[in-house]
Amino acid sequence: MSGPSDYQPTNPALKWIERRLPIFGLIHSSFVAYPTPRNLNYWWTFGAILSMMLALQILTGVILAMHYTPHADLAFKSVELIVRDVNYGWLLRNMHAAGASMFFFAVYIHMFRGLYYGSYKEPREVLWILGVIIYLLMMATGFMGYVLPWGQMSFWGATVITNLFSAIPYFGESIVTLLWGGYSVGNPTLNRFFSLHYLLPFVIAGVVVLHVWALHVAGQNNPAGVEAKTEKDTVPFTPYATIKDLFGVSCFLIFFAWFIFYMPNYLGDADNYIPANPGVTPAHIVPEWYYLPFYAILRSIPNKLAGVVAMFSAIIVLCFLPWLDSARTRSSKYRPLAKQFFWLFVVVCVLLGYLGSQPPEGIYVIAGRILTVCYFAYFLIVLPLLSRIETPRPVPNSIADDVLSKSRGKAATAASVALALVVAGGLLAGSAQSAKAAEDDTPPPQKWSFSGPFGKFDRASLQRGLKVYKEVCSACHSLNYVAFRNLADPGGPGYSTAQAAAFAADYKIKDGPNDQGEMFERPGRTADYFPPPFPNEQAAAAANGGKAPPDLSLITKARSYERGFPQFIFDFFTQYQEQGPDYVDAILQGFEDKPPAGVTVPEGTYYNKYFPGHAIKMPKPLSDGQVTFDDGSPATVAQYAHDVTTFLMWAAEPHMEARKRIGMQVFVFLIIFAFLMYFTKKRVWANAH
Amino acid sequence: MNPDAATIAAGAPIEVDLTPVAEGQDIKVFWRGKPIYISHRTKKQIEEAQQAPLSSLKDPEADSARVKAGHDQWLVVIGICTHLGCIPIAHEGNYDGFFCPCHGSQYDSSGRIRQGPAPANLAVPPYTFVSDTKIQIG
Repeated sequence: MSGPSDYQPTNPALKWIERRLPIFGLIHSSFVAYPTPRNLNYWWTFGAILSMMLALQILTGVILAMHYTPHADLAFKSVELIVRDVNYGWLLRNMHAAGASMFFFAVYIHMFRGLYYGSYKEPREVLWILGVIIYLLMMATGFMGYVLPWGQMSFWGATVITNLFSAIPYFGESIVTLLWGGYSVGNPTLNRFFSLHYLLPFVIAGVVVLHVWALHVAGQNNPAGVEAKTEKDTVPFTPYATIKDLFGVSCFLIFFAWFIFYMPNYLGDADNYIPANPGVTPAHIVPEWYYLPFYAILRSIPNKLAGVVAMFSAIIVLCFLPWLDSARTRSSKYRPLAKQFFWLFVVVCVLLGYLGSQPPEGIYVIAGRILTVCYFAYFLIVLPLLSRIETPRPVPNSIADDVLSKSRGKAATAASVALALVVAGGLLAGSAQSAKAAEDDTPPPQKWSFSGPFGKFDRASLQRGLKVYKEVCSACHSLNYVAFRNLADPGGPGYSTAQAAAFAADYKIKDGPNDQGEMFERPGRTADYFPPPFPNEQAAAAANGGKAPPDLSLITKARSYERGFPQFIFDFFTQYQEQGPDYVDAILQGFEDKPPAGVTVPEGTYYNKYFPGHAIKMPKPLSDGQVTFDDGSPATVAQYAHDVTTFLMWAAEPHMEARKRIGMQVFVFLIIFAFLMYFTKKRVWANAH
Repeated sequence: MNPDAATIAAGAPIEVDLTPVAEGQDIKVFWRGKPIYISHRTKKQIEEAQQAPLSSLKDPEADSARVKAGHDQWLVVIGICTHLGCIPIAHEGNYDGFFCPCHGSQYDSSGRIRQGPAPANLAVPPYTFVSDTKIQIG
């Protein structure tokens, strides 16, 4: 793509092909001989990282689609079965789900890099606009992918986002009907989203080819923002850029692996482990984190149509960036004012993202409005104005000159880091105060055998928990996704296959129809699942005062509580993800016979200290001495609650031990690999500096 | 890409028997995948709905235009918030009506928007009284 290649294959077979289709010459000129500026920094490796992420998402996605069922009644279950039964299905799913977040994370860095170094300026306008198109396609793909597991957040996210289009005058309603394929979000919606979610990544791949093509016509921008002029300014793509990209990619993979193996649900929402229910809205609908800034813009405008227009304009405005910012100097390195405003803009985007995740009340709404104005002001006022009034510092004559005078500009970086720290500190102090207010009904953190990077389930606790479930909980709560065979799985309660079979044989399982067309009962086999206590949800609701007891298979992942800022940042480093177990344990122990003075609970409900709203339909399920343990563990509510919660955590994630074990192996490998890449890179670049 | 024949057929009118709904209670039925609230309003709720001055409303509409004449006690509305489509909770909020937990819109006992970001009142589905205790929706 960068002029005629002088590549001549020597192998006769390759020669034969090359004369008819010069593909090797194309590859050689684009990815081997292609000249890259020699002063590129590591922010430029994100192009390679994004290509890898796209390939990885397509690969994992294609395999997941082989096991997924796009039907409103079956989708949720099929995703759970992928995680539980498909070989390494949990790994595929975590890679694909966390991969989407990583993809966006990388694309945001890639975009901010382009913004900072003026990569959108002449002659790279088309390159930039193609990038914005890719970003829009990614948003559509990511949104539709999030709908596929068909959990509560999938369903209600789809409802809220598709309803955005109803704000369009005249055509709005018909567009929404087309998106739904019915009168509301339902099975046809899921089917078309699945089809489009499979299609769009390939469209993205096509636009990426155009993006790379445009890049190779104009050549890469670089931190100095001056065009490469002589041979001295560039190095060949291979080996220089390839090895540098490989090092960048391996570092990124370490970050990625942290989510895949240790924090798979950190970026997700607990509500999405509850199957979609068109009759119940979650209290707080939040999109995935990568849409939050735009969600905040949408909500900060009180008029529905104007809000939708503002949200889409926030992205479309990027297309006009090459003409809004007409400054001749590309790189913000040499633009003292633009540089400061750039960092302010980054802070505005991060704060908007935070506001998007908060309930739209009081101070958050006002802050959202101010920041929305700031967001648009950056593009529509600051950049056009700066390009007229700012006096840039002199740019180096050539890239080679820039490489020679490298030590400058360090102080400014330090200043911006300091600014970021001050802002973060301010946020920290602010939210620490607001967090204090709501502290007393937060479940107390417990010690769990399965927490942390080396956590394992306590086998004895799992067995005791199973006993508590069988003797107490199973009277009302089903455990639909757990089969008797799972009791003998590695990483589980540690029963033998024979013990699991004996356990199963105690149950009566409804089977049939037989040759006479009648249903019959037979003893359970290991392949059977725990039978539900009620034949259907309506029966369960009718027997329990109008509210069906939830299925417990995923309860420890489907329940959570707000950790708040800055706690959720610390949680990332400490790998704290036991909100669910803490909550379940606290609920089981939080019953009080008499509500505290001044609190009344409606008839038919019971006071529970940790239940949101304190009025729970479930009567106190456990009392001291109710279940006897063979191993002499204390027969107390605290012990029961702890054991059954451990058991339910295993039921929700039976492959957790494998996940953590393989995670450690992957980490060791990736760290060694990254070191090797780093030293190879140093070696390759030694003669280039 | 428009709804297929089976989906349209499933969206045919339905009949709902109102006898089991006591005063002050409401039921939620699904029609075309949408929740429809049928409220048996109390005297207090009816009075509040009728006496609210139209000038104080964001989307002015008289209560009499939202219920069928002679059946003042029955309010039938589509339980989908006109903001972004969440389901409001009945008997909550400051107006004896509905409260949407998503973005805080509040509707009164006639399903009219009183507070919050929603632009319009809860929609009234097409329905007729087949008899005094039975309605047909659609």
